[in-house]
Amino acid sequence: MADGNHSEPPTVLVLRRSPTIALLEPIVSQKFNLLKAWDSPLPQDQFLTTHARSVQALLSSVGGLPITAQILHLLPSLKFIATTSAGIDHVDSAECRRRGVAVANAAKAFAEDAADMAVGLFIDVMRKMSASDRYVGDGLWATRGNYPLGSKIGGKKVGIVGLGNIGLEVAKRLEAFGCSVLYNSRSEKLSLSYQFYSNVCELATASDALIICCALTEQTHHMINREVLSALGREGVIINVGRGAIIDEKEMVEYLVRGEIGGAGLDVFENEPDVPKELYALDNVVLSPHQAVATHEAIVALGEVVTGNLEAFFSNKPLLSPAVIN
Amino acid sequence: MDSIDVFMQVPTSISAYLEQELDKRFNVLKLWTVPNKTQFIKDNSSSIRAIVGHGGAGADAELIDSLPNLEIISSFSVGTDKIDLKKCKEKGIRVTNTPDVLTDDVADIAIGLALAVMRRLCESDRYVRSGQWKKGNYKLTTKFTGKTVGIIGLGRIGKAVAKRAEAFSCPIAYFSRTEKPELKYKYYPTVVELASNCDVLVVACPLTEETRHIINREVIDALGPKGVLINIGRGHHVDEPELVSALLEGRLGGAGLDVYQNEPEVPEQLFGLENMVLLPHAGSGTTETRNAMADLVIGNLEAHFLNKPLLTPVV
Repeated sequence: MADGNHSEPPTVLVLRRSPTIALLEPIVSQKFNLLKAWDSPLPQDQFLTTHARSVQALLSSVGGLPITAQILHLLPSLKFIATTSAGIDHVDSAECRRRGVAVANAAKAFAEDAADMAVGLFIDVMRKMSASDRYVGDGLWATRGNYPLGSKIGGKKVGIVGLGNIGLEVAKRLEAFGCSVLYNSRSEKLSLSYQFYSNVCELATASDALIICCALTEQTHHMINREVLSALGREGVIINVGRGAIIDEKEMVEYLVRGEIGGAGLDVFENEPDVPKELYALDNVVLSPHQAVATHEAIVALGEVVTGNLEAFFSNKPLLSPAVIN
Repeated sequence: MDSIDVFMQVPTSISAYLEQELDKRFNVLKLWTVPNKTQFIKDNSSSIRAIVGHGGAGADAELIDSLPNLEIISSFSVGTDKIDLKKCKEKGIRVTNTPDVLTDDVADIAIGLALAVMRRLCESDRYVRSGQWKKGNYKLTTKFTGKTVGIIGLGRIGKAVAKRAEAFSCPIAYFSRTEKPELKYKYYPTVVELASNCDVLVVACPLTEETRHIINREVIDALGPKGVLINIGRGHHVDEPELVSALLEGRLGGAGLDVYQNEPEVPEQLFGLENMVLLPHAGSGTTETRNAMADLVIGNLEAHFLNKPLLTPVV
């Protein structure tokens, strides 16, 4: 490189300007040249064929496009995908493996925020916070008297489904509330003292509440089914900060409507932003618009993780947060 | 013991279990069931030997003086601010409360309120229920983990709040009557300094003459437009009109309240504010805890009338 000239920043392809990408643009474009497919009048396939043949890195967001085998086919030089989410279910990871494309997720950036949301939803459902806040706000405390009692959190057995970055943060918090932590995960973590259950149904039988923190994969799709819900029982509570499709939503709604489980706190749904309207009438359900990691601080941390991973890739160093591709 | 008259101020709606257990053992005179309360007290004044009160209804000097055979006041609460303790001491009347059994529930609610306010849990539940999510994402909120939590009063409940907040990596600071050097938390000698140096301020001390309006305009301004106030103490800890104007003017970031000056009345200007969570004095409001509290009330009364040591005496 000639003295006085700064070297050309590496190029990173972005397909869609999702809300997350919009927030990250100013941070990431400080160090990288963003090749923005959405800026072009060309249809995407043509754009990629014309402009992206030598692109090595792609920044992908869950709110944007799924990264399919077809898209990967149009990117022969691609060697790295950085995602802005913890989950990589929107990336065809089998195809990535075949092509030798590394994938990094961003769980480290916001595992704490996601855990805070999971615990917040759990407290809300158990102690009826949103329901009683509505009650007070409607002027009913003065006219109708006290709101029904909630359920004590201390001493409850809480089953965490998926003990990864987020699940571990949830466990740490719940211990301080006097809960017993149980879990199911792809593999047992022998260094931890939490009780491991090799299948979710047994976990549900042993638990007063389930907190879903795992990734969405072929194995975990509709993993929380009728059998698991029955095992959880009439007093059982389910919290989901993973992906909507981990739960058989139709079954769960029926169980809630029939009073066959005790309550639910849901941040994710099978067909966002559609939420089954039967849930609107239920006071033992807390609904959240997929915002487990939507804090100002998480966006800053996300910018750092994404930039860090891209820098590591381009300088041939180990990635900060490689995703596990099975 | 069913010949003993116990004057009960805790309506069925607060604890049917308590009422039921008292009925089994005593002759219970139920204040909430009679239309003319003053007359009722007059008619029964010489037979009442015990009062069962709660957080909202205790016994002031006038009531105590009107009951010549009163021996014990057993409160269905840990707070005894509604009981004239000085008068009870003078007259040799015993007072008991329900500490410890409700510590966990109240601390859980404090953290729940902080999470609900900062992450807008109640507001975004409304957002989904009203169909607004179909039109766009909810906005970014504020992370709770790692924020500095300031606690006023580091007794049982304050310490339990600190323990939970530590699991969220929150640095802990506090104000207390005396510094506790054995704890590794940061002590501030005044509430204003504490408020200036924390992100979430939790009121967890008893209500006394000294702590009335401990949250005043100066403290609220020190906590500031990004600060969050959590009140799990008593309504009178807070200068409520000052709190309302601070919230309406944006001088305070948000508040989670479980208690109010004049329950069950809640200032209407607070309804519909997105940075507020309002609970109906539910800190100890779980079936398990209310039953444990009732057992303590009954246990204390039985101990007294059987001349045994009281379980949880205050006076």
